[in-house]
Amino acid sequence: MRILEVLNIKKDFGYIEVLKDISFSMDSGQVVSIIGSSGSGKTTLLRCLNFLEIPDKGVIKVRGETLFDSDKPDTRSEEAIRQKRLHFGLVFQSFNLFPQYTALENVMLAPSLREKKSFNDEGLRKRSSDLLSLMGLGERMGNYPHQLSGGQQQRVAIARALAMNPDILCFDEPTSALDPELTGEVLKVIRELARQKTTMIIVTHEMAFARDVSDVVIFMDKGVIVEQGDPKDIIDNPKEERTRKFLSALSRN
Amino acid sequence: MLSTVTLTLLKGFLGTLRLFSETLLFALPLGLIISFGSMHKLKILRLPVRFLIWIIRGTPLMLQLLVIYYGPGIILGNNVWGSGETGRFIAALCAFVLNYACYFSEIFRGGIQSIPVGQYEAGQVLGMTKGQIFFKVILLQVIKRIVPPISNEVITLVKDTSLARVIAVYEIIWEGQSFIKSAGIIWPLFYTGIFYLLFSGLLTLFFGFIEKKLSYFR
Ligand SMILES: Nc1ncnc2c1ncn2[C@@H]1O[C@H](COP(=O)(O)OP(=O)(O)OP(=O)(O)O)[C@@H](O)[C@H]1O
Ligand SMILES: [Mg+2]
Repeated sequence: MRILEVLNIKKDFGYIEVLKDISFSMDSGQVVSIIGSSGSGKTTLLRCLNFLEIPDKGVIKVRGETLFDSDKPDTRSEEAIRQKRLHFGLVFQSFNLFPQYTALENVMLAPSLREKKSFNDEGLRKRSSDLLSLMGLGERMGNYPHQLSGGQQQRVAIARALAMNPDILCFDEPTSALDPELTGEVLKVIRELARQKTTMIIVTHEMAFARDVSDVVIFMDKGVIVEQGDPKDIIDNPKEERTRKFLSALSRN
Repeated sequence: MLSTVTLTLLKGFLGTLRLFSETLLFALPLGLIISFGSMHKLKILRLPVRFLIWIIRGTPLMLQLLVIYYGPGIILGNNVWGSGETGRFIAALCAFVLNYACYFSEIFRGGIQSIPVGQYEAGQVLGMTKGQIFFKVILLQVIKRIVPPISNEVITLVKDTSLARVIAVYEIIWEGQSFIKSAGIIWPLFYTGIFYLLFSGLLTLFFGFIEKKLSYFR
């Protein structure tokens, strides 16, 4: 089933055109990885999907429902946008956990506000601690973010995003801020989510990971999608010169 | 003699305490409002507020006390503060509240602006409202960061209250000094110092306690 359609998204910051004409779509249960060099607009694209930036032009549809259409101003009010955000989740490169809450409370906060439940609510606690256990953090629920390693913090952030049951979970370089020995544990839980058919868009520089976890790989350069398709085709046999250059530069480092 | 002096100083200290606590009561919330003004995206709001902060922080509190007390009488031709003790106290209170609110507002602004934008964005992508983000995520982090500078200002305020005497608001030093004339003794003046030391010591303990309470997160 078609879950997301992105049509002709454009975004400028002042005079720099960061996203030029982005269109892609994905099905429910798919994993799409976005690769591309620094400054190509990957983060901006994810931020547009999560309405942290408002695209200048274009259409975003989830399950056939038009969430955003630059030609229809009524899709842009603040409260409307807040509701639409709930279709998407976002895991940040820098985790952005709430420092004054424990791991479990970080996961419970947004659902507790939305469902008007207290932190003591049995059902909410159960649900949230199950998510943390799934992330391998069953022992760490009572810890505050500063007591956790980067990899553990990122896994809490993933659980926190999952707690709102988004249709599509987005990751912006989830392991870039981590020491190499910690990236594995985060990639492992993302793999597990993929196995459970969680719909995900992952911006990453981990090529081996992208190749075996994703159904589709998108290569972006300078605000456009240069090439997209089966991960093995894109990563092992890229058609476009720009993709080849990017991949060989990456493997040299 | 010691008990007479103690009683008189205690009475003066009550005046000091009243000015101190009422200044905090009004200046803390007013400071928060001023800080929102000084961060507002509309220039017509932000610039006048920043101008006010510049004036208040750039001139002595002593001068502000005199201008606020005598100004209206001279400019408008009638003394809005009335002639009695209460009027003088209210004039002093206004000057202190305005002065301290401006200092507090800059501390609040610094605290609010030091919170990484990622904290707001994390709240936004989880579908939280602006109010929920401010009260459930941002506020406690701001409070944690501003406790040390606020405690500094508050302890300064304890001592600044003595400036109110320039418009004849009775506070502890006023009472202490009165013994120089009436009894020819100076030690009550030193005695007032003990009141200040004890009180600021208590406040230091109090703020230390709050800091400790908030040390469970970073
Ligand atoms: N808020 C902003 N204001 C102005 N320019 C911006 C803003 N955000 C991003 N840009 C610019 O947009 C371009 C694309 O940025 P973006 O962060 O989307 O790239 P990216 O593909 O995620 O890069 P990286 O791999 O380094 O994370 C960059 O040139 C960046 O400087
Ligand atoms: Mg980026």
